[in-house]
Amino acid sequence: MSNYLVELKGVTKRFPGVVAMRNMSLQIRPGEIHGLIGENGAGKSTLIKVLTGVHIPEEGSIYIEGNKVSFKNPNEAATAGIACVYQELNIVKLLSVTDNIFINKAINKKGSPFLDYTKMHEIAHEVMLSLGQDIAVKKECGSYGMGIQQMVEIAKAVLIDAKLIIMDEPTSSLGEKEVEQLMKTVRSLKEKGIAILFVSHKLEELFELCDRVTVMRDGEHILTKNTDELDNDSLISAMVGRTLDNQYPKIEAEPGAEALRVEHLNSAGVLRDVSFHANHGEILGFAGLVGAGRTETFRAVFGADPYDGGEIYINGEKVVIKSPKAGIRCGMAFLTEDRKGQGLVLSQSVRTNLILSNMRRCTKGLFFDEKQIDQLAEENISDLKIKTPTADEVVGQLSGGNQQKVVIGKWINTNADIYIFDEPTRGIDVGAKVEVYNIMNRLVRAGKCVIMISSELPEIIGMSDRVIVMREGRIMGELSRKTDVLNQEIIMKAAWGGEIR
Amino acid sequence: MKTKKMKEILGKVAPLLALVLLFIILSLATEKFFTLNNMMNILRQTAVNGLISAAMLVVLITAGIDLSVGANAILCACMMGMLKTSFGITNSLVLILVCIITGVFIGFLNGILLTKMHLPHPFVSTLGMKNVLCGLALFVVSTKTISDFPAAVTFLGSSNLFKVSGGFSGIPLCFIVLILIYIVYHFFLNKTALGRMIYCVGGNPEAARLSGINSDNILIFVYSLSGFMCSIAALVIVGRSAVANPSAAISPYDTDAIAACIIGGASFMGGKGTIWGTLIGALMISTIRNGLTLLNTSSSVQYIVIGLVIIAAVFIDVTRTRMEAKAKRLAAK
Repeated sequence: MSNYLVELKGVTKRFPGVVAMRNMSLQIRPGEIHGLIGENGAGKSTLIKVLTGVHIPEEGSIYIEGNKVSFKNPNEAATAGIACVYQELNIVKLLSVTDNIFINKAINKKGSPFLDYTKMHEIAHEVMLSLGQDIAVKKECGSYGMGIQQMVEIAKAVLIDAKLIIMDEPTSSLGEKEVEQLMKTVRSLKEKGIAILFVSHKLEELFELCDRVTVMRDGEHILTKNTDELDNDSLISAMVGRTLDNQYPKIEAEPGAEALRVEHLNSAGVLRDVSFHANHGEILGFAGLVGAGRTETFRAVFGADPYDGGEIYINGEKVVIKSPKAGIRCGMAFLTEDRKGQGLVLSQSVRTNLILSNMRRCTKGLFFDEKQIDQLAEENISDLKIKTPTADEVVGQLSGGNQQKVVIGKWINTNADIYIFDEPTRGIDVGAKVEVYNIMNRLVRAGKCVIMISSELPEIIGMSDRVIVMREGRIMGELSRKTDVLNQEIIMKAAWGGEIR
Repeated sequence: MKTKKMKEILGKVAPLLALVLLFIILSLATEKFFTLNNMMNILRQTAVNGLISAAMLVVLITAGIDLSVGANAILCACMMGMLKTSFGITNSLVLILVCIITGVFIGFLNGILLTKMHLPHPFVSTLGMKNVLCGLALFVVSTKTISDFPAAVTFLGSSNLFKVSGGFSGIPLCFIVLILIYIVYHFFLNKTALGRMIYCVGGNPEAARLSGINSDNILIFVYSLSGFMCSIAALVIVGRSAVANPSAAISPYDTDAIAACIIGGASFMGGKGTIWGTLIGALMISTIRNGLTLLNTSSSVQYIVIGLVIIAAVFIDVTRTRMEAKAKRLAAK
């Protein structure tokens, strides 16, 4: 009998042209919280899919409680007690919480073809309660927030008596409070003897939660250690295979004239009297909780959403912006938080996406100037270090970090003056993050105005010259790198409704 | 690398090969099929569907659909009929102009319904529009079939080049015009900013909008272009049949066009499709119809066969994509 709940030995998984996972080994003990971390493309998703029976590995063996298994499909993995809560939840929003929980194992009334809803509601409520959620299970799932929808997924796993629950970036779309609740739930699952494989990009979470951490790089196992034997730097260097001199390569530039001024921006139910300004040659950070109105502010400024009142000045001149097209014409670039849904046309090539915002300027007479476009694309690819086989590769095939660089390239090509970066490093790996920061630095050095909305406080503190904190559609206060001490507590206090100073 | 290229090329010419195969089978089945005049017949029969398919293609690329194409074309024809009978207008230029304006206007309306009035999917709005147009077509000519159009109106649909009386039936002018239009389409879709924007709006409308592309205007343009192609088809219909028959509005122009596009590689999911594929699709459908007619099969069988061809084409396409993915996996080993 083995001591391990799940053990992988020498597992290799290949895809067209790449080896996604090579000779991977992993041991998960019963009832432990096991962290998994690695850059994007390190093979974490492949590992998850091998464990859940989505991918079938070519070599190596998987043992569950000492017995060798080979899953042919996700059902077999579920029967063996492995469940996964994916980053993109598998929730049918229009169905009730109960229906979602029982989606593949509904209970019939005894000897009847009809469902026993009384019993199902009862069980569903019980399970949700055990996860710390006292909610009405008859209500539509979509009427609840992301946090609770995620709990519904966890409930599904609990109900099939999962011994291992894999959580793939569970906190990436949650607010601060929901993250806290999730952590509580994860700990209570551990107490019940359920093992958790916790995949995350956020180091703090791993340190807070996990017993042991495994690092992957380039599809290989790098290390597994007890969390208390590790620290930030050792984890990062294991992940990237080199020591990052500085996670936040902040440069000091001399702020120039005012680039953007917003006065009394109002939008019913969303924004309340938002006023601020941003200068050339500085990074202005926007901190706050998810839903504080930061994205909404800049969607309004950029022309993506209508607003009810307020004035916008660019380089001191009053402008009226009613569409993204007008926003771009005023010299703004808006890198959206959802790059797949709002930033890229995934089915088109890197080349086309790079000129998405200035197609009309890439023409010679009636037709495209193919030479100019090729040259531009080559320039972007080498400048921004976009890793792609050719410029004609379909963007959907690239990794998250490289997709993000394509979006940045798209905006740099418009020759914009004001760059609004909304969660620019969300879901991209540490190495690519630093590259994104360096691009921001380059823009600032060139005298551009950079505005960065971020929910990661270390990033806000590490990169911003000034920080504006928002809460519930209002600006709570402003901090400057020069005159104030930037630290997490002050910013979080403001984000939760406290006063600055 | 070379075999990969070969496979890619093979994938692209597969519909063409299927067409050639179909030609060989039909030639063996009946000797009436592979004659010069019958070939010209097929081209003649392809023209209307080809024009309407071109209308459908751009709409499909934007992940939309236009079910009103056939009814639109017939309304355009009937508008000319109305001007002639009710108002006594016989000036060809006026008639043709009204025909085109009608088509473009209806397409424009479809675009407005979709973008400015926020109807959820063009399937609904253009289906409604189809019924409205069927009714309008009957209404404007009081359900009568109108004939005796001036020669300049029927010219496009009825003329043949290099005709030898009693011998060669001539190359149909409408097909030559179709090819010219397709060449323009090719350059438009592949080499111009607007063409690429159409693919991008089809691939991700929100990303296109936030990148400064006015998605609404692009969609309105696309549906107007669809309407324009319908009006050209109307001229060919009137020329070929010499009449404007309002009850033809319910003919399966729309489904034939969708079939041609899908056989040619377009997808309901948008972002895909080429004009040359569509040409092969349109040729395939008229060839099947032509061959089956020569074999004296009833129209019921024709419907069944064309339906099966559509299903087969999509099935082959889906299977090919899956096989390619599998081949890539195996190659990686």
